[in-house]
Amino acid sequence: MKYTEDHEWLKVEGDTVIVGITDYAASQLGDVVFVELPEAGTTVEKDDEVVVIESVKAASEIVAPINGEIVAINEALADAPGSVNDDPQGAAWFFTMKPSNMSDIDGFMDEAAYKAFIA
Amino acid sequence: MTELHTTPLHQLHLDLNAKMMAFAGYDMPINYPLGVMKEHLQTREKAGLFDVSHMGQIIFSGAPVEDIALFLESLIPVNIAGLKPGRQRYGFFTNEKGGILDDLMLANRGDDIFMIVNAACKVQDIAHLKEHKPDHITMDVIEDRALLALQGPESEAVMARLIPQTQDMKFMDSRVFSYNGFEIWISRSGYTGEDGFEISVPGNEAIDFAQTLLSHDEVEMIGLGARDSLRLEAGLCLYGHDLDASTTPIEGALQWGIQKIRRKEGAREGGFLGADIILAQLDAGVEKIRVGLKPEGRAPMREGVKLFADETSAEPIGNITSGGFGPTISAPVAMGYVGTEYSAMGTQLFGDVRGKRLPVTITELPFVPANFKR
Repeated sequence: MKYTEDHEWLKVEGDTVIVGITDYAASQLGDVVFVELPEAGTTVEKDDEVVVIESVKAASEIVAPINGEIVAINEALADAPGSVNDDPQGAAWFFTMKPSNMSDIDGFMDEAAYKAFIA
Repeated sequence: MTELHTTPLHQLHLDLNAKMMAFAGYDMPINYPLGVMKEHLQTREKAGLFDVSHMGQIIFSGAPVEDIALFLESLIPVNIAGLKPGRQRYGFFTNEKGGILDDLMLANRGDDIFMIVNAACKVQDIAHLKEHKPDHITMDVIEDRALLALQGPESEAVMARLIPQTQDMKFMDSRVFSYNGFEIWISRSGYTGEDGFEISVPGNEAIDFAQTLLSHDEVEMIGLGARDSLRLEAGLCLYGHDLDASTTPIEGALQWGIQKIRRKEGAREGGFLGADIILAQLDAGVEKIRVGLKPEGRAPMREGVKLFADETSAEPIGNITSGGFGPTISAPVAMGYVGTEYSAMGTQLFGDVRGKRLPVTITELPFVPANFKR
């Protein structure tokens, strides 16, 4: 698992990358009540806003961590947005993407570095 | 940036690990570890304790209450002279254009009148009062007392364990009691749509008093985040968002707050700032009006979302002034202003959320029925 400074996690599976937000990010957001996901097939560039998370308090944007194409989204979040609080690093993944260059994820933090980053 | 004010309960918030943020110049708890959603439901189901000490507490005395009431009626279009001792009423200051300068609570306490105003407006409210106040009326701005709100269906039982006589109070009653050697000012009111009490205690007693309430199993501390979602579900306005100096009480759907006696042909008709405009609007109607709005999907529509009559028209016909998620009804809730011709219950409009036109329906307020002890 790799981690970004925007508190996303990235997990490589074959030639795709699964993206979600970290436990830390989920706890900072508070109770999530709505998640707006991109459409599968969308081509995105790094730092494009691709997901909107609405908590009871406010709306927050999640950016694409790398260039690539969104290949799948987690449809289950539409009916169960609260799973972002319950299991952000598991069941509540947001989308998978096919990176333009898989090597783009090499620069992200590993778990130890991310733990130090949020400490 | 100027340093934030703190309330007498500040250390308690820190000790309880509240998430703090600046609100109206005060360092205030937005939520505690429980979180906004659970704090909201706690208040609806049991009881929640709020620190609202940032609000302004003002006492008018030095003259017969009738004189004070008539002075306040020159700034507030409400029947204050007819308010019986021990009773409280909602009101608002108006300006020459009929706009609302602040909304407030007033209590006739027999020998004086006690007023509570919004934190964000209190400096200008006090200046406004000073500008118009006759010299023989004394105005004391209370700086050494904390204000707490205990809200929710279990509030009555909890308060009765401390002060049994509070059980006999009805919605909008206001009383002064002696408790543990100090004076405690209690009204049966709040800002959540639930039964409950607003409680003024000396600042140096505030933490002990709050801890006494929190020692009861039914009570949890609640932050400003849940205070906002509770009042929105209850259909109550937040000044500076749902009401402002360019919005009249009639546009704000607050005409219920202007009793007959202050309206045309009433015994004390008008006589407040902006009366000509406000009383004319009572007859002729208004061009825009505040309404409840229920988004049809799950996406919240927040303050600033523009409203359109259909999916394609270019000109907005209204906007949302408060919006978010209502934990009690588990759906988004909002209020805002629309052109009066679009204000009929059930009218479907469209809100522009991040470039998408999403359906939203004009709905009766409140979203959650009030649970007051009448």
